[in-house]
Amino acid sequence: MIAKLAWRNTWFKPLSTVLSIILLTASVAIITVLILLQKQFEEQFSSNADDIDLVLGAQGSPLQLILSSVYQVDAPPGNIDYTEAKTWMQHPFVKTAIPLAFGDNYLGFKIVGTTPEYLNKFGATMENGRVFATNFEVVVGSEIASKLNVKVGDSFFGSHGDAKEGEKHEEAAYKVVGIVSKTGKVIDNLILSNVQSVWAMHDSHDHNPAHGEEGHVHDEDEEHHAETVISEEGKEITAVLLKFRNKMGIVLWPRLIAQNTKMQAASPAIEINRLFTLFGIGLEALAYLAYGIMLISGISIFIALFNTLKERKYEFALLRVNGASRFQLLQLVVIESMVLCVIGFFFGTIFGRIALLFISKSSDEEFKIAFNPLEFVWEKEGVLFLITIFVGVLAAVIPAVKAYRLNISKVLANA
Amino acid sequence: MISTKKITFSYGKTTEFSFPDIYCNEGETLLVTGSSGVGKTTLLHLLGGLLRPDSGEISIDNTAINFFSERKLDHFRGKNIGLVLQQSYFIEAFTVLENVALASWLATGQQKTEKAKQLLEHLDLSSQLHKLPSQLSIGQQQRVSIARALINEPKLLLADEPTSSLDDENALKVADLLEQLAKEFKTALVIVTHDSRLKERFPNQILLS
Repeated sequence: MIAKLAWRNTWFKPLSTVLSIILLTASVAIITVLILLQKQFEEQFSSNADDIDLVLGAQGSPLQLILSSVYQVDAPPGNIDYTEAKTWMQHPFVKTAIPLAFGDNYLGFKIVGTTPEYLNKFGATMENGRVFATNFEVVVGSEIASKLNVKVGDSFFGSHGDAKEGEKHEEAAYKVVGIVSKTGKVIDNLILSNVQSVWAMHDSHDHNPAHGEEGHVHDEDEEHHAETVISEEGKEITAVLLKFRNKMGIVLWPRLIAQNTKMQAASPAIEINRLFTLFGIGLEALAYLAYGIMLISGISIFIALFNTLKERKYEFALLRVNGASRFQLLQLVVIESMVLCVIGFFFGTIFGRIALLFISKSSDEEFKIAFNPLEFVWEKEGVLFLITIFVGVLAAVIPAVKAYRLNISKVLANA
Repeated sequence: MISTKKITFSYGKTTEFSFPDIYCNEGETLLVTGSSGVGKTTLLHLLGGLLRPDSGEISIDNTAINFFSERKLDHFRGKNIGLVLQQSYFIEAFTVLENVALASWLATGQQKTEKAKQLLEHLDLSSQLHKLPSQLSIGQQQRVSIARALINEPKLLLADEPTSSLDDENALKVADLLEQLAKEFKTALVIVTHDSRLKERFPNQILLS
């Protein structure tokens, strides 16, 4: 009954109620988005970098190398010589070395030449069909399979480079031999073939007489052709994902490789840490902003409760006359504040997720990174709920104590 | 029934009141009169347990109430004392019916909605049950406060200037109604007033000075 009274009172003055709820909703929504973004972002970043100690690639920005080869979000800094890379790949320190060769795309989805070990790294299994074995056979990530409705047995032409509008390689079609199971990692948005397919695709250009537009100059370093068996000599790949047997390699190799070769070795852990620190400043600023809004909403609740106290003292006196205890008045004020907070939290949680849905849509289009708005980070969101409730209690303390200590005789006598 | 013995009360050191002993049986009506400033409202609040006397004893239904704890007093008041105040106050967000039912819940822990309905119908308010109190006329509002005061069948009904804002005709109507209800509900009725119209109406009077 006290709760019902609190509920009715809340809606009897809808304007200040709505103001308080809007403020709370805004702050809870922002914080919810931040919580989910941070968690899922870090999860995606660290799970994709699992089992990669170092990345071997062309010199340039190490962050770019990591982003392009591990997360497939940026263009690679350049290519490296396969034979040169091979000497490092076969080093006894190395446990696994997965080569990656970028070349083409199909409707904006990258086609990556690699080895089946790349699939194992992500713990991916084949949902349909089998793993690629010979040239021009590809397996397709689950996300692509469902978006483009690709099936085993389909074939398609790749476009050169990483832009959808790139020139088509119409001389040889890729053939889909398998669909990869869903992993929630970058591999869902990749098309994988063996490395030789990427080489062959770009070697064959000069054989094709029908294919001679001017300005097509991407293969100046790829003049080795004419064999049906593709030689590895002089061939290039984009990067190598290394996992070490001997952890000394992680410490020693970046320096060793930088000094002795034209390549670089970058650590995903270090680069991503750097990236997060950059992000972190922005996220932190947003979080402070959100808590600031929450503070303001707390003050707004306080003012709303405090302002109505004067006109409501008769109501309180009346309740006491009718047998309500002082504690029940205290309860009433606190519950009223709590009602606002719970409603604000409820809407904030929902609106935050709607916002994340939109963020996810645009980030999926641009970076192929999707976020799950339906995930609940119970621990952090629980803490957020407690903070919200705490703000409500804090805002109610002074008005509630005033109601508790009301001198009813005085109120009624001065009427 | 209610009786008092030598009760005194003071606001600080400047204003001190000592009140004559009061006795009123169930079903009877006692009028407490006096000009303003003699402590009429103070006496009413003392009888209603809103104030505690400095000395003396107040007993309602043979229970001395001046030594009750705050919580117990609240509880006792809710159950055994009905108050009709000079001005009618309501929970603005509740309907007429809910206001009356709330009084039963606060006193007993049970919402006697059916009983509240009957009582309001008895007081000729059957068409106002689901309106907000602010939509009622002053006379109707007062009858709602009377219904609210009676919902728990109190042993004592206190009325503070119940007729001060009413015209002659309505003042007598309310006086009749209160007396009739006091008999019907077997409650002692104490009216505090300076309204001369009531002085002619009720023979049993105490004059404060």
